[in-house]
Amino acid sequence: MADIDAIQVQDLNHFFGAGDARKQAIFDINLTIERGGLTILMGPSGSGKTTLLTLIGALRDVQFGNIRVLGRELNGADQSALVQLRRRLGFIFQAHNLHESLTATQNVMMGLQVHGPGNAAKQRAAVHHILDLLGLSDRWDYLPGNLSGGQKQRVAVARALVSNPEIILADEPTAALDKASSQTVVELLKALGQRRGATTVMVTHDPRILELADRIITLEDGRIVSDQRNN
Amino acid sequence: MSKLLSLLFGRLPIGWLQLSHSKGRLIAAVSGVAFANLLVFMQLGIMGALNNSTIAPYALLDTDIIVSSQAGNTLTDSDNIAQVWMFQALGVPGVSAAMPIYIGNLPITLDDGTSVTLLVFGVDATKPAFVSRAIAQLLGQLTIENTALIDKGTRGIPPDVIADIIAGNAFSFEANGRTISAIATMDVGGGFLADGMIVTSDQSFFRLFAARSSAASNHILLQVDEGVSHDAVATRLRAILPAHSVKVQTVQEAAGADLAFMSTQRPTGIIFGFGVFMGILVGLVIVYQVLSTDVADHLGEYATFKAMGYGSSFFLGIVFEEAIVLAVFGFIPGLIVSMGLYAGLVSVTGLPVEMDVGRAVLVFLGTLTACTISGAIATRRLARADPADLF
Repeated sequence: MADIDAIQVQDLNHFFGAGDARKQAIFDINLTIERGGLTILMGPSGSGKTTLLTLIGALRDVQFGNIRVLGRELNGADQSALVQLRRRLGFIFQAHNLHESLTATQNVMMGLQVHGPGNAAKQRAAVHHILDLLGLSDRWDYLPGNLSGGQKQRVAVARALVSNPEIILADEPTAALDKASSQTVVELLKALGQRRGATTVMVTHDPRILELADRIITLEDGRIVSDQRNN
Repeated sequence: MSKLLSLLFGRLPIGWLQLSHSKGRLIAAVSGVAFANLLVFMQLGIMGALNNSTIAPYALLDTDIIVSSQAGNTLTDSDNIAQVWMFQALGVPGVSAAMPIYIGNLPITLDDGTSVTLLVFGVDATKPAFVSRAIAQLLGQLTIENTALIDKGTRGIPPDVIADIIAGNAFSFEANGRTISAIATMDVGGGFLADGMIVTSDQSFFRLFAARSSAASNHILLQVDEGVSHDAVATRLRAILPAHSVKVQTVQEAAGADLAFMSTQRPTGIIFGFGVFMGILVGLVIVYQVLSTDVADHLGEYATFKAMGYGSSFFLGIVFEEAIVLAVFGFIPGLIVSMGLYAGLVSVTGLPVEMDVGRAVLVFLGTLTACTISGAIATRRLARADPADLF
């Protein structure tokens, strides 16, 4: 099973709205992303890159065409199959989306507990380990309200990575961060992804990150217009 | 608290953390639940006092079967029944003894000018077997004309007068042109039925109520032979006595029928029942409001959790966890304040309002149920947490 591609997209078309307001966002996309590496989706706003990311992430129903993620067909899959699949993915959002009532440790813990209750002490140790890797060893028990923007985004990265997801989907994770923080976050993301053998797909506009990418796919008006690999 | 809930749910207690994070909301919600509990407890307390009052006079009697007129409603709100049925009843196998009981309302004016109404029970002073053990040994003294036993809780009679009677100094009062001497006390606690109760001999009763005669009592009390089923004897009696005018009830049936009558046929019972309903409604609305606002405020977080792969049962769990926390935290102050108010009511009105464990448990379970229902309604908003909106 390990040789199955991470993501396979075939003849994908997607529409928003209904009737006269119906508008096509994705046109005939075919794409295969192998396991491992950092793939960046680029394109002007409205080009469909975020839509593609949410479709791959099983957050939107596939309308036309096929998407296979980790070998699972998403078109027509039932809700519980989608929930099961999402547990094997790690999401990082433009906004950190941390739970304000939970400490950094507890927020990251949520990424582990989705797989079941487990041993609390072991989970805690794993959470503290990844927070340490992300340079948050002195912020374990801070509420998000007491963390800086960069720290919050690093907690969000820790939450996405703590359960060793097979695919990491990130949507402009650095948009809300200053230059230094965004560099740190992406470098950590890439390093952890490499070490853990994860496939990372990231939507970004940030030119500083492009040189870290293994592959850059550019979308325009819902179509792939370029697909480059950095070797 | 957090640790306890973690153990209970096998996950982080998100609901509790969420509620305790916004202190203002938690306090408002807990006060709301406590207030709803208070409303329900007060209504149930007064309703309980009404029920206690209704069946309190039964404690005066020692009887197995009560024969009454069909036209009557309760023990103390009854019609007359012809004496002839008593002799018929005595002929039924299993009936060992019978005594007519006479009941009347006696308005009296006290020395300080206040008027109170006493419920008078006229009994055969030579048949102590038909009254409770507490007053049986006093019954002989009532053979002296115009003497009575008076309830300690009688309104308008100051405690020092009661103490005086207990000390052996009879308390005399005027009624229907006669002077009655309260020579001893008893403990009934009539509450809603009358301002107080007295027990006299049937002879004294006829003097107080000139229109009443021994030919027609309010009830006929029957005792059944040792070891014989009361129900079986009651069935035999029903076969003999005319059902259209006479009803035969075991004492348990009679008390149950009185309670049912007072709580469903009399406005007071219905009013308190309605009050309980209102209290529950207030609680439901407050908890729903708090939980649904809480869900709405956390839609972003919930959508994130959905994206991470949490299923709908996880979110239902959070909302129900919050509902349970609110139920427990609201119930405790609600119970404490209610007990305080009960004590206040007792001292002001003399009504037999008391907290019993059964009621507390009932209200707690009701609170849990109401909070859970509110939670269940609030979870409808969860559907709006759409992870696709996060990007």
